[in-house]
Amino acid sequence: MEKSITWKIGGPAGFGIMVSGTILAKAFARAGLYLASTTEYPSLIRGGHNTYIIRASAEEIFSLIFSVDLLVALNQETIILHKDELSQGAGLIYDSEDPEIGKDLLPEANCHLFPVPLVKLATQDGGAKLMMNNVALGSSWAVMNLPFEILAGVVADVFNKKGEEIIKENLQAAKAGFEYIKKNFPHDFDYQLHEGQAPKRLVLSGNEAIGLGAIMAGLGFAALYPMTPINGLLQFLASKSEEAGFVFKQPEDEIAGINMAIGASYAGARSLVATSGGGFSLMTEAYSMAAMTETPLVVVMGIRPGPSSGLPTWTGQGDLKFVLGASPGDFTRIVLTPGDPQECFELTQVAFNLADRYQTPVILLVDKFLCESLGTIEKAKIATERIAIDRGKLLDLSAADYKRYQITEDGISPRILPGKIFFVTDSYEHDEMGLATEDASMIKKMVEKRGRKFSLLEKEVPEPQLFGDQDAEITLVGWGSTKGAAREAIGRLKTQHVGLKINYLHLNWINPFPKEAVTKILSKAKKIISCEGNATGQMAGFLREQTGVEIKKQILKYDGRAFFPEDIIEGVKKYA
Amino acid sequence: MLEATWCPGCGNFGIWQALKNAFVNLSLSAKDAVVVFDIGCNSNMFNWLKMTSFESLHGRTLPVASGIKIINPKLAVLAVAGDGGCYGEGGNHLLHAAKHNLDLTLLVHNNQVYALTTGQTSPTSARGFKSKSTPAGSFDLALNPLAVAIAAGASFVARGFAGDLPHLTDLMTQAVKHKGFAIVDILQPCVSFNNVNTFDWFRQRIYKMEQKPANKLAALEKALEFPQNGTDAKIPIGIFFQEEREVFQPETVEFKPEIERLSAEFL
Ligand SMILES: Cc1ncc(C[n+]2csc(CCOP(=O)(O)OP(=O)(O)O)c2C)c(N)n1
Repeated sequence: MEKSITWKIGGPAGFGIMVSGTILAKAFARAGLYLASTTEYPSLIRGGHNTYIIRASAEEIFSLIFSVDLLVALNQETIILHKDELSQGAGLIYDSEDPEIGKDLLPEANCHLFPVPLVKLATQDGGAKLMMNNVALGSSWAVMNLPFEILAGVVADVFNKKGEEIIKENLQAAKAGFEYIKKNFPHDFDYQLHEGQAPKRLVLSGNEAIGLGAIMAGLGFAALYPMTPINGLLQFLASKSEEAGFVFKQPEDEIAGINMAIGASYAGARSLVATSGGGFSLMTEAYSMAAMTETPLVVVMGIRPGPSSGLPTWTGQGDLKFVLGASPGDFTRIVLTPGDPQECFELTQVAFNLADRYQTPVILLVDKFLCESLGTIEKAKIATERIAIDRGKLLDLSAADYKRYQITEDGISPRILPGKIFFVTDSYEHDEMGLATEDASMIKKMVEKRGRKFSLLEKEVPEPQLFGDQDAEITLVGWGSTKGAAREAIGRLKTQHVGLKINYLHLNWINPFPKEAVTKILSKAKKIISCEGNATGQMAGFLREQTGVEIKKQILKYDGRAFFPEDIIEGVKKYA
Repeated sequence: MLEATWCPGCGNFGIWQALKNAFVNLSLSAKDAVVVFDIGCNSNMFNWLKMTSFESLHGRTLPVASGIKIINPKLAVLAVAGDGGCYGEGGNHLLHAAKHNLDLTLLVHNNQVYALTTGQTSPTSARGFKSKSTPAGSFDLALNPLAVAIAAGASFVARGFAGDLPHLTDLMTQAVKHKGFAIVDILQPCVSFNNVNTFDWFRQRIYKMEQKPANKLAALEKALEFPQNGTDAKIPIGIFFQEEREVFQPETVEFKPEIERLSAEFL
């Protein structure tokens, strides 16, 4: 029997699905359980079907799985859409007094029904109908046999800013649901959770983890034009700018945003912009200017499926080649691809250091699933894994003959801030002073100067992470948020096939690429299978370009959904 | 520094001289200001104006200048662009910089033509203007940059002429001194690609306004006084509009990484 529980809530937009998910995820974390979670919603403001799914376990887990153990249906549509996802012996919480939920809708076999008068309990003490999600949370918590105080604590904290009255109403509703289950359905559920021993963790989205990382890296300026899936980052940064001491600005468009950020960076602030494919299309012109003027910049590029406006609220990994080749000109696009909130937090800090040390723009490539799914960062690690701020050759010079683009051995020219001494910064090809040049030998020297810094960077590319057996017959390769599903999949495959040697190679530095390390790892595998959220195997193509290794077996997913471990397991079996 | 490469007789020479005079008037040395340049003949001045400067991209001077000013309010920040860069490619940025009101100065070399790309129609070319891109004559009305800037909310709006250095120097000086977003549109004859709007053509039409128009509406009316669609109006130069308005300037940034506090909401 599974030791984890997958809980899912579904209902119409506006019924507090998102907040319910956040509350329950935090409650699981406070109960010492490991968790994975995400939300799905259509690109609509009102109406449409929203879901939140959380998997929790006392043992470490890395991703969601497909089947649902406890489903909360805030309307009949949820039952219709999701009853086939229910696992053997799963539970279903629904409103017993909802006239639309007739017997014919209910799943037939092997299901524990928990009819709870959700609306009635929500409104009995004068509460609003909207509180039915809290009743459902309380009911869920009771079914899973977890202590009410933990849930109550989270509810109180989440509504803290809204005042005593709101906290009281929410708590009342949750308590009513909890007690209803205890009284009417004692010991009626197969999947009982117990408090676990997981270390204390923050529960946050990839977006928020990037925001925290940026603030820890000494963010000075952020200009973000709204676009899913980076709106969570926008909102987080906008709300923290005063407290953390940086400037947040919503520009008139992405073009303005990135140009402002370049100006701000030139003037001395660590600067960040974030967008999705459409916005990054607009930014590519200035991205190239940052490379030519050698201005540090961090660009968070949140992928959603395309082309064009594509699927705004769904996920994919179809923009890898786009960012690797974005912008005019021959220069190295530094691309980092974190796979979970912990990596988002760390690599954002790394990105700022790289941008400053190499005086160049850096892309943090994430996908919608990672941006908007809640994951965890160990509380103890946010302090210990803080990366020291390294501003590179940002000097306080006053030499009269200062040359902004001095030709140096490592290719990095000392940088100073405007206001100190006279110097010029140029988007045209230039000489050491920064003045425009069309002289053949100077052009060559400048191209080589910029090239040298990227050669230097290549030497410091860390080894990629390898999860699972050191020597494996099957090596899965992936990047970004595929990490969780792949780690989960290799664990499951090993349980199902005792003696199977399998591992997962996680690429979080795509460019510069860890060529040697990857070649070495892949040369040991008998079977290499890449997993990517796009239809054309973009990473496999790039990997071949970098290493000469051709990966013919590919598991590709491009239906707007993130990888589930089941997808990978099925794919591996297909190639077995 | 490099030698100026403009065509002999180019209006840009006058603008260059006036700008140098203004820096002297304002006692701004090479390091106290940042001039953000566009791309175009006008902005090639970057190579021979000895001021700390940032050559940006076509149309992108204003957002770059904004970023610099936001982070370092002590610097005087100027943007220098052509009518193509500023009213065409960067038109949206102009509207927003005007309503935003950072303390910036925008100087536009308005030669009513694209010069560096050797003679195509620009947003301010007159209707009927024949160029390499409009051999049969331009169909569009000319954009009226002053009217646009006034309507968008610029807090200082002026027009100068590259052939009147003392007047232009004074306008530039006042524009930099003005607290808020200032635009000076500068009539700049292009001797190679615009044989309609020549120095003589301007001299016959230009007159200095004796006083600033009384209010925004009057300023707009003055701004609309420009030869358009066959009419042969006179061309006023001087300050069209100026108002004191709150300037956007976030407080000086101080890094406060209190991770414990910032992360508490995620527990
Ligand atoms: C994105 C982009 N589009 C086009 C160009 C080509 N270009 C260079 S200068 C210029 C126009 C110059 O006209 P204007 O801004 O009026 O300046 P002028 O040369 O007349 O001073 C153009 C279109 C460019 N550099 N960048």
